[in-house]
Amino acid sequence: MLTKTFTVKNKVGLHARPAAVLVQTASKFKSDIKIEKDGRVVSAKSILGVLSLGAEKGSTIIVTVDGVDEVDALKTIEELVNNNFGDPE
Amino acid sequence: MKNLLGIPVSKGISIGFARLYIKRKIEVNDLKDSIPFDEKREVLEKALKKTKEEIELTYENLKKSNPKEAEIFEAHLLILEDPALKEKIDGYLKSGYNLPYAVKSAFDEFIEALKNLQSEYMKERAQDLYGILDSLLRNILNIPRIDLSNLPSQSIVVAEDLTPSDTASLDRKNVLGFVTEKGGPTSHTAILAEALGIPAVVGVKELFENISDGDELIIDGTLGFVLVNPTDETKNHYINLKKEKEEEEKLLKEKAKEFAYTKSGKRIEVVANIGSPKDVDNALVMGAEGVGLYRTEFLFLDRDTPPTEEEQFEAYKIVAERFKPHPVIIRTLDIGGDKQIPYLNFEHELNPFLGVRAIRLCLKEIELFKTQLRAILRASVYGNILIMYPMIAIKDEIIEVNKILSEVKEELRGKNIPFDENIKVGIMVEIPSAALNAEELVDYVDFFSIGTNDLTQYTFASDRTNENLSYLYRPLDKPILKLIKLTVDASHTKGKWTGVCGELAGDPQAIPILVNLGVDELSMSPSKIPEAKKIIRSM
Repeated sequence: MLTKTFTVKNKVGLHARPAAVLVQTASKFKSDIKIEKDGRVVSAKSILGVLSLGAEKGSTIIVTVDGVDEVDALKTIEELVNNNFGDPE
Repeated sequence: MKNLLGIPVSKGISIGFARLYIKRKIEVNDLKDSIPFDEKREVLEKALKKTKEEIELTYENLKKSNPKEAEIFEAHLLILEDPALKEKIDGYLKSGYNLPYAVKSAFDEFIEALKNLQSEYMKERAQDLYGILDSLLRNILNIPRIDLSNLPSQSIVVAEDLTPSDTASLDRKNVLGFVTEKGGPTSHTAILAEALGIPAVVGVKELFENISDGDELIIDGTLGFVLVNPTDETKNHYINLKKEKEEEEKLLKEKAKEFAYTKSGKRIEVVANIGSPKDVDNALVMGAEGVGLYRTEFLFLDRDTPPTEEEQFEAYKIVAERFKPHPVIIRTLDIGGDKQIPYLNFEHELNPFLGVRAIRLCLKEIELFKTQLRAILRASVYGNILIMYPMIAIKDEIIEVNKILSEVKEELRGKNIPFDENIKVGIMVEIPSAALNAEELVDYVDFFSIGTNDLTQYTFASDRTNENLSYLYRPLDKPILKLIKLTVDASHTKGKWTGVCGELAGDPQAIPILVNLGVDELSMSPSKIPEAKKIIRSM
């Protein structure tokens, strides 16, 4: 099981397209992927879960990955977050 | 015969038959049942599949015409596949609840969670969830979808309100008009009716109490009323009236295809204000000889990220191609202050109308601005494009933007990307300082276009959105006319030209005054063009 903490840096936070991109990416992996914010934990493969976190710009999220492809999964998600989910900023 | 009053939102008269579009509210009880889990699960999967197919169909239909609206449905598909949602449904099923209740309860949990979040965006998503839940329940309970795609001819759709997904499936061939109980001038129904060019009346109270399915209706979208089961006499009156108006309009439109010259032989270019490629067809039908104002801000509003260069390029290219060889004047991004967009962090301003708007914003957000200029330049080889900068106050601003434009041109040359090397550049004259100094500014531009709304607002120092100050909206008063004259004369002295693209350009009272002041071009909403040309020819 791997855990890493991130700060959401893109302007709109984890709304709409960024949330959809994250869910679509997470769903490609076999591992169980969870996101925690302010004590609430949701599956990164659930669009409704991710949206309901209300992670605005500047929020801290903790990603936990558990499964056969956990190393790859965490690396991919890290790239995605650092890339601002493909948003220009 | 009954006469119902409403708000007119799309002009014209229609005579047809009422088709009541009533959405049945689906009732769900919280009883447990003895149906095995697997059986309920199977019904759920089938309903999910059917709902997905419905959404996919809407998505495909919409993708071509309204890609932005289509994105909403793409998100809906993701929601139907949500594992956390299914997990919650399963939880209720395992406790023995009936399937509709399990589904509704699972959705309700998420709806509550989203509703409690602060952002407006999330509240809208909660609204979306109600819609998806409704479709899913309908498919679980086998309640047929009310079919707007297969209406008999001469239908007038009577509804509480129409949503984007209702109208996406609408059979446009057989629909003659809309009447709705809810909605105002900016409602979805109003926008759609205008776009289709069919009459619509919204905001009619007690609609379903007064109209039954199949009733004969006359709707007047110009004055805003609905006549239910009219007498023969009334009906004949309206049939004649409709015929007269249509003939008048037809003649006017035919004449609008030709250029408009005054009696002394001066041609006034009559062009259109548009906001997106969707407006092109109507503008051409109405006789537009080009585009005098392409408002690009609509590409930037109501979204979470700025449009890409490619997206902008496509939007500009299509319009340029359609109007070729006529001119298309693209106004660079004109937002800020009062119009908030989430991906630009505007600072709070005490006086937004006097703040970082339009060109002032672009000079701060250089990358955003350069992307737009690149898209415009790339599109310029596909037609006759001109660039126009909004809200110029002083000479230095033009020098600065022209410098940025040169940099972008240089960049494109370096990459061997073709563009129109002689692309013309103009400014909007909407701040008195620009008009008063037009003789100096003219050396840096190819043309002027006067934005009468803002020019009036800034000249009278009166916020035009403030209802208490409406008495100061005086675009035809002497101070404004003097500023227009100064601008026109300055441009003519240097062999250049001046247009008007504000509200005034399409105002029948103002047209003769503007033409007499020497204005060369009038740009207005397309529907006003036929009448404007008639006025020009008469003077």
